[in-house]
Amino acid sequence: MLSLIVFLPLAVAVVVAAVPSLGAAAARWAWVAVSAVELVLVGVLWAGYEDPGPNGLAFEEQVPWIPGVGSSYHVGVDGLSLPLVAMTAVVFLACAVYALRDGERPRAQTALFLFLQGVSLGVFVAADLIVFFVFFDLSIVGMYFVIAGWGHGNAARSALKFFLYTFLGSLALLLGFIGLYVASDPHTFDILELVAATPLEDNPLAGGLVLAAILVGLAVKTPTVPFHTWLPPAHTDAPATGSAVLAGVLLKMGTYGFVRIAMPILPEAWRGWAWVIVVVGIVSVLYGAFVALAQTNLKRMIAYTSVNHMGYIILALGAVGLIAGDTAQARSVAVTGAVVQMVSHGLITAALFLLAGVMRTRAGTYDMGAYGGLATPAPRFAALFAIAAFASLGLPGLSGFIAEFQIFAGSIAVAPVTAIALPGILITAALFLLALQRVFTGPTQGQSPGFADLHGRELWSVGPLLALSLLIGVLPQVLLGVIEPASAALVDLVGR
Amino acid sequence: MQMQPALLLPEIFTFLGGLVVLLGGSFLPRDRQWIARAVAALALLGAATAAALAMAGPAQTAFSGTFAVDTATGAARVIAALATLLVLGVASGEIADSPRESDTYALLLFATTGVMVLAGTTDLLVLIVGFLLASIPLYGIVGLTGGRSGAEAAMKTYLMGALSGILLMLGVTLLYALTGATDYTQLKDELPGAPAAAVGAGVLCVLTGLLFKAGGAPVHFWIPDAAQGTGVTAATFLTTVPKIGALVAIYRFVATISAGNETWLIVAAVLATASMLQGNLAAYWQRDPRRLLGWSTVAQVGFLLVPVAAVGRSDLALPSLLFYLAAYALTNVAAFAVTAALPERRDLTAYRGLVHERPGLALALLVALLGLVGTPPTAVFVGKLTTTTAAWDGGHSWLALLVMLNSLLSLFYYLRWFGPVFARPTQESATRRRTGGDAWAAATAGVAATASLALGVLADPLWTALATSPLL
Repeated sequence: MLSLIVFLPLAVAVVVAAVPSLGAAAARWAWVAVSAVELVLVGVLWAGYEDPGPNGLAFEEQVPWIPGVGSSYHVGVDGLSLPLVAMTAVVFLACAVYALRDGERPRAQTALFLFLQGVSLGVFVAADLIVFFVFFDLSIVGMYFVIAGWGHGNAARSALKFFLYTFLGSLALLLGFIGLYVASDPHTFDILELVAATPLEDNPLAGGLVLAAILVGLAVKTPTVPFHTWLPPAHTDAPATGSAVLAGVLLKMGTYGFVRIAMPILPEAWRGWAWVIVVVGIVSVLYGAFVALAQTNLKRMIAYTSVNHMGYIILALGAVGLIAGDTAQARSVAVTGAVVQMVSHGLITAALFLLAGVMRTRAGTYDMGAYGGLATPAPRFAALFAIAAFASLGLPGLSGFIAEFQIFAGSIAVAPVTAIALPGILITAALFLLALQRVFTGPTQGQSPGFADLHGRELWSVGPLLALSLLIGVLPQVLLGVIEPASAALVDLVGR
Repeated sequence: MQMQPALLLPEIFTFLGGLVVLLGGSFLPRDRQWIARAVAALALLGAATAAALAMAGPAQTAFSGTFAVDTATGAARVIAALATLLVLGVASGEIADSPRESDTYALLLFATTGVMVLAGTTDLLVLIVGFLLASIPLYGIVGLTGGRSGAEAAMKTYLMGALSGILLMLGVTLLYALTGATDYTQLKDELPGAPAAAVGAGVLCVLTGLLFKAGGAPVHFWIPDAAQGTGVTAATFLTTVPKIGALVAIYRFVATISAGNETWLIVAAVLATASMLQGNLAAYWQRDPRRLLGWSTVAQVGFLLVPVAAVGRSDLALPSLLFYLAAYALTNVAAFAVTAALPERRDLTAYRGLVHERPGLALALLVALLGLVGTPPTAVFVGKLTTTTAAWDGGHSWLALLVMLNSLLSLFYYLRWFGPVFARPTQESATRRRTGGDAWAAATAGVAATASLALGVLADPLWTALATSPLL
């Protein structure tokens, strides 16, 4: 089942790429169809999901790959990965619908995005370090071609920077994985076996170094301060769908790596470094918020809010490593908040980037100063953008609130000092309100007159993303019921 | 103590094939030289089959213990034979119907025989024979196929080769004088007792000679010049096949000398680092794709030397080296074959927008270059992963770190090449007439790239075959 979900898009991608006679419309609809089928498959998965218990996986599949080096094709989902799998399927379907009318090289674009979808899902279901790495690395290659091939502005340069920077991250990650392999006895790359064995537990120095390598690798991808510098140019110059996938899905690979690999396999080192991680999280929250506040380019602003939002996740996960008294419950809440934030940020930011893409197709600029009073000619656009902005700044009733509330409730209970990051929420609120005011209110001026409102495919791509955010905000139990047992299990693993 | 020539069937096939091609070729009319090519291909296939069958049997020695027929030899034979077969595919386009066609094939086969001898020998004197047999035909190949610039390339190759050959023989003489033995088993026992400084000089001389064949620092300068100056057939061959024999020979030699003195493992690690850094940094601003590949092969030799630093300390060392060799041979041939299929594009800028003109070749190039970077799931990724793991397992975690840093360095210049290939079509590239190119080279590129991908995804059978037995 999981293999089907991962390899169906890859197989269709190969077919689409190999059949030159495929027309533009056929390619576009093939993409939508496959993404829709994927979403249905993930729905079936969700319906049949039962919590597998601590250090277990549901829908597990394992086939020997290179037994000689202790690596197997091992996949499975649990409460930490299933929500991300679902979010990935949703974001890719939204992109497929959004791109239905895009004119530029549709066949290649379809093949590339289906490829990206397959490898992204592969990362989230991998239960073997090498399988994880294979998909992780391929996602970078795929995104490089999306930015370089369909981007605008200084796309080639941004794509190069993205590739080099994130490749550095993936190599650091690989180094860490090799370290885990060498330290484990018997040697293995299997995540579940490594979690059970906790190698390097009695060697704090080596454990710290291996964790450092893995942290750097994941921090580049997440990205956290100070490894975030590739993100703004990559987002600014990427096409709308590319930005949506990059922010919505690819960034989650970093944060997901923390909960899947770093925390359960190296619990002792994680606890030892917890304060450093908390500080990095706080700095990312505040720095991302302040820099976003200073932007005049809308897309760049959204990109920096990603740094801010990822910072909350790092903060929460760091706090989980601070073992103090009877706080297991609070730490579990923090993990749940972090996972909800991954899902919520994926949905909301994908919507924001798709909306920013609409601005570019209509008026050719992301500069907020070039617009004014846009709500009059484009009320639907304004409404959706406002909902997305409010969701992003954490308004109750939308998913961002559920996430950030749990993150802070959990973190502050464990370490009150994490309250320093609270102003991040305020600044984010300010910057989104400021952006809404600059672009949508006041007299209709600049690029705004004649700005056509959202139509069918744009509405149908952005709308469902925000509807899901609303759903999570109103009925969080649908999501929390899946995540909470896994969070509690993770907290136990870190507390070992 | 017996000859057991049957154990040397692959070498015999290859060498006899060379003789038949050389003699028969003189009697074939110019337009029927393809027969010589077919004979050469048959000889290589026969050699590969015989070698593979021999791998299934028990490991043993031939010629009074001077030649080991074990997994390492078997793998090197198969890889060398199949890589040369692919080189024939590249050659079919470039030198078909040229005046020196069958001569070139014969030289390729002779050199391949030398490479096989180099890989299998466990005696310093036979090592010299292998070195000469692998080197002398190579000078001819470089000179024959390159035209005017080929002559210069041949001169440079010859001078470096002659110097390295002398150093190799000097080293062998020294070691023999110190220990009274040329056989590796005896050397292993005698070396620890010999004067360290003199042993060091002898070992370094031998290593220098072998590094020339491998094309590693510090005797690598001929590689980029030869790769750029000579024809693409010779360039493909000289950057691929000799390395196979040389690296297995280095592995055997280091296994011998490090038995009593583990400092040599550090020396191997330093040599690996030097090649990696030198090759990667020099490749940075190259504009000629073949020169760039030439430098990239220097860097690859560095990666290939990494498991040598873990000799005797990690079970992964030997299988990872052999696996990387197979992966590297396929991937490197694929990259060169792409340049062979586009002979008129001798500047990286000419590759801009290639995907719109030759999508198949562009894809093969992408697979090959991403493979050389070490991107999964290509075969080189498995090679790099296992060699790095072996180095760490062998106690050199810093070398693992350097491998990763160098992989990052290498990405930049490969990206300079394949990035523009997928760029949007420009006015110029849209109007460029689609040249016919060379179907044989293009097909070779496709086969090699596909194989390098398949070997990565389905790595297990080969890995199991390589990991079964240690060195003899």
